[in-house]
Amino acid sequence: MLPGFGLSFGFTLAWLTLIVLIPLATIFLKAGGMGWAQFVEVGFSPRAMAAYRLSFGTAAMAGLVNAVFGLVVAWVLVRYSFPGKQVVSALVDLPFALPTAVAGIALTALYAPQGWIGQYLEPLGIKVAFTWVGISIALVFIGLPFVVRSVEPVLADLGREVEEAAATLGASRWQTFTRVIFPAIGPALLTGFALAFARGVGEYGSVIFISGNMPGRTEIAPLLIVTQLEQYAYAGATAIAVVMMLASFAVLLLINLIQAASRRRMGA
Amino acid sequence: MIHLRGITKRFGEYPALHGIDLDVAPGEFIALLGPSGSGKTTLLRIIAGLEFQDSGTVLLGGEDVSATPVADRHVGFVFQHYALFRHMTVADNVAFGLSVRRGKGRLPKAARQARAEELLRLVQLEGLGARYPGQLSGGQRQRVALARALAIEPRLLLLDEPFGALDAKVRKDLRRWLRDLHKQVGLTSIFVTHDQEEALELADRVVVMNQGRIEQVGAPDAVYMNPETPFVSHFVGETNRLPAAGGEIHFRPHEITLAADGAEALLVDNVFRKGAVWRAEGLLEGSGQFVELDLPSSGEAPQLGQTIRFNPHSARMFNADGDQTQGAHR
Repeated sequence: MLPGFGLSFGFTLAWLTLIVLIPLATIFLKAGGMGWAQFVEVGFSPRAMAAYRLSFGTAAMAGLVNAVFGLVVAWVLVRYSFPGKQVVSALVDLPFALPTAVAGIALTALYAPQGWIGQYLEPLGIKVAFTWVGISIALVFIGLPFVVRSVEPVLADLGREVEEAAATLGASRWQTFTRVIFPAIGPALLTGFALAFARGVGEYGSVIFISGNMPGRTEIAPLLIVTQLEQYAYAGATAIAVVMMLASFAVLLLINLIQAASRRRMGA
Repeated sequence: MIHLRGITKRFGEYPALHGIDLDVAPGEFIALLGPSGSGKTTLLRIIAGLEFQDSGTVLLGGEDVSATPVADRHVGFVFQHYALFRHMTVADNVAFGLSVRRGKGRLPKAARQARAEELLRLVQLEGLGARYPGQLSGGQRQRVALARALAIEPRLLLLDEPFGALDAKVRKDLRRWLRDLHKQVGLTSIFVTHDQEEALELADRVVVMNQGRIEQVGAPDAVYMNPETPFVSHFVGETNRLPAAGGEIHFRPHEITLAADGAEALLVDNVFRKGAVWRAEGLLEGSGQFVELDLPSSGEAPQLGQTIRFNPHSARMFNADGDQTQGAHR
């Protein structure tokens, strides 16, 4: 062990305190300034509740979509070599680098009722822009790299031999996937999902263009916070922030506990 | 049991196998021996169905399986790096082949567990069924892989460099143990190795391969004592080569008689103990050829700079085409 547990643990704690805990603590302090009744009134107002449902719901939806398709992308990148593979690999990372507002504007242009794709969906009665579907699409876009990059190294490490071993033992392709590959990459997939989900819950820039921001219907929680701030309702903004933070922390903690349990099981 | 006819395989531009014919009798223990790139692993994978030949036929037990996918061939395969399922217990690994079986042949869970226990006993890992592969040593993991392959009651067992990833001591123990297991189970088995000692120790017959072709097939003793090609002579066991009119003379380091008036003279420039003998290495006077000689260790150790005169007492002569023109014992 390189720097010794005491030193490195102390450093970790100090760093986390400085970077994460102190800023977060100020939010709690700010929210603490208001009374409990007022906190509940703002933090759990019908409008706030609708925003939480929308933010967590679309983030979970986008995380699931990314888990499925990100796995496919990672699979192709690991298992096959084809011309332009490095280009595809770089494309995967692009949502990391792109200013989220750019993504939002591009997606809105595509999916608005007069947009390239939206104009064909409109006659079919499918509305994407300015609905929760559009929000989910934006979150899928920004969350994809998290899943691909989490799963890729584990898939590469798993190797082709275990698949071949399963085949020699008489397993069908489906059995090989469900019984051998999926359990092995499950923890990494869960990590990717958790990161994409967390990013989706907090995402602001790419969503506000495509969501339409109708209070109670397509208004995401981060936007509600900004709205509060613009009205100089700092306490209200922090109340919503506190509720979001606790909910996010609970979800991420749960995912971490599941992973710790699966790591223990694999004896690694 | 196994009949291979005219198996060829190319990987892109690279020809891996040129027309392999091979017959294996039931219960035989066969070694495919060759350097890397000789096509031995490709041949093994074609027999298993993990790879498909470009032309030729594979018959297993009289049945043409040339186009049968691996999952339906019923062949046990052991990988060099074990390829165990890390997220499953040892017992679940062993029972995997039984648990994926569909239809009538599917055993109830209790029977599958009992079978896994029985196989773990066979590979001397009784009581470790609840562990995970990550908690076992390399030698133990390879035995789990073997138990897992045997669980499906395969019609033959294929092993790809089964000891390649293990250290020397474990490799030796596992080798002896595998030989005993083969005697006990009697399953037709083929293993791939680049280690000639391993092939000679374990196999009933050794198939020596080089550059996608079979050089020689024979009992270990025959392959060692009567190599039919210069490659086999050189690859199986240690061989000294002397240029001669119309070809090369091959003789083993121990196939010499010391003689004060010997035809050859070795100028010793390295000496070490090799088991029960002294190994002296150096260049021959005259031809400047590098040779290795084994000298009885009952005598004095040869000195550096000393000249040893000797005659090869048995040797093989190969002409420029690689044909043997003169047998052993001259």
